[in-house]
Amino acid sequence: MDRIPILRMGDFLLVTIQVDMHDQLAMDLQDDLANKISNTGARAVLIDISALEMVDSFIGRMISNIASIGRVLDAKTVVVGMQPAVAITLVELGLSLSGVRTALNVEKGMDLLRAELKEVNLMEADFVDSEARATSASEAN
Amino acid sequence: MSTVLRDIFRKHEEGILVEWLDQQFADLGAKRQLLEERGFKEDSRQFLIAFSAAVESGDTVQLQGAAWDKVRALLGEISRARTEKGFSPTETATFVFSLKQPLFNRLRTELPGSPNDLFREIWTASELLDKLGLYTCEIYQKAREEVIVRQQEDMLELSTPVIKLWDGILALPMIGTLDSGRTQTVMESLLQKILDTGADIAIIDITGVPTVDTLVAQHLMKTVTAARLMGAECIISGIRPQIAQTIVHLGVELNQVVTKANLADAFSVALRRRGLGVGRQTPRSA
Amino acid sequence: MLIPRQERLLLQKQIDVSNARQKVRVWSHELHFSIVDQTKLVTAASELARNTLIYGGGGTMLIEELQENGKKGIALTFEDQGPGIPDIELALKDGYTSGGGLGMGLGGAKRLVHQFEIESMIGRGTKIRVLRWQ
Repeated sequence: MDRIPILRMGDFLLVTIQVDMHDQLAMDLQDDLANKISNTGARAVLIDISALEMVDSFIGRMISNIASIGRVLDAKTVVVGMQPAVAITLVELGLSLSGVRTALNVEKGMDLLRAELKEVNLMEADFVDSEARATSASEAN
Repeated sequence: MSTVLRDIFRKHEEGILVEWLDQQFADLGAKRQLLEERGFKEDSRQFLIAFSAAVESGDTVQLQGAAWDKVRALLGEISRARTEKGFSPTETATFVFSLKQPLFNRLRTELPGSPNDLFREIWTASELLDKLGLYTCEIYQKAREEVIVRQQEDMLELSTPVIKLWDGILALPMIGTLDSGRTQTVMESLLQKILDTGADIAIIDITGVPTVDTLVAQHLMKTVTAARLMGAECIISGIRPQIAQTIVHLGVELNQVVTKANLADAFSVALRRRGLGVGRQTPRSA
Repeated sequence: MLIPRQERLLLQKQIDVSNARQKVRVWSHELHFSIVDQTKLVTAASELARNTLIYGGGGTMLIEELQENGKKGIALTFEDQGPGIPDIELALKDGYTSGGGLGMGLGGAKRLVHQFEIESMIGRGTKIRVLRWQ
């Protein structure tokens, strides 16, 4: 059974959807991504849908799910390259994908993810620092 | 049902076609140059084939059934083509009406000694062709209406240009009322422009929109959502005090969309979002 | 001169839903629908075909080319002999769900087409016909 390939680039996972997905393929992708994020400890997922000429409620839901799953597994997701006609149709369908971060193309998507990860790293570094200071302060006493 | 018409077609189709072509040419007078020679002969031939097939089917009064549908479809196409070429409704209907002369001539030769039969057949044929002639007029009418609608859309597109203010920043000044058809067009051009210019921010200025009701607000939100799906953020500017009151009164959810009183402020916000600022290049003169 | 054509597709397996989408895409492209109009019709077809398969237990899609006053259009008719829809009004409301997830997508699909007709009888089946002009 065909599956959509997931590429790994360091902390990033990249998925390019180029085929008209039937439901099973979409669900498999969801599973595979969840597993891969978990196994690799990836921090960011970029999904390129610039080749998709149609996104219906099922695929829309899948995209939302992947973003949610990513959040729970501490990975940030960005969906890039939605075609204008697809965006117009999705909105008319009543889907806004509000929990999903979006970008115009792969380049902008990567910039977005790197910026967000840098922020997170800084925040985590601060946290570690303040913990360390608190520990050494209590030890000094 | 009389079979005279049917027999005439079976026997004289080619002859009728030739006479009919001549008659059309004559009836069109000065406009005849507009008829591209080959095209119009082919149209006429096709029509005659379809017409005689429909007459064969037996129904010459109600014009129901697949055969007549085919005739109408053909007439529809021919009518539209002529509308586009600039023919008047009369000139377009001439296509059908000029078939009367050759047809009546044949009827006269086929029914020499029976004036009552002749009258009946001419009447049937005349009514038939009248109906079809009127049909072409209806099509013409509809086609003209569509041309007008298309022109209106073009005008609307011109009145809602998408402007690039800076790298990555677009402005969409909306003027006039926002109905669903117009929103569609506006949304499409905005999204296309976002794609073409790689913009991340679009400022939608509604200073020129007279009223905002629930429907207009919905249309605006659809545009904002669609742009967001393509990674672009929208700022709505030009909200007059009365509009602000209406929005609150209607309970419209603006969903975290940034709003600014005027385009200048919105542009300022957009620049800051992109990490840009405006700086002085030359010192103020002493 | 075009002769109005029609074709019937089976909707028995998942791959059939993809095929239905492709068919609608090809036909609407041939009839010179704009990209947005094509996408809307294909998406509506996807929603309704899936419903027929999942909620209707399988069925058929009839695709017809239409012509009226020189304008071309496409009609899609989805039929199944499934359980039927008990409350059609409810099913047309957004967010309605009968079995987990965003539900039947009928309200959404309705917004993507120019005409929407639905007949459903409990225990007998459902028939939905939608239409879009170029």
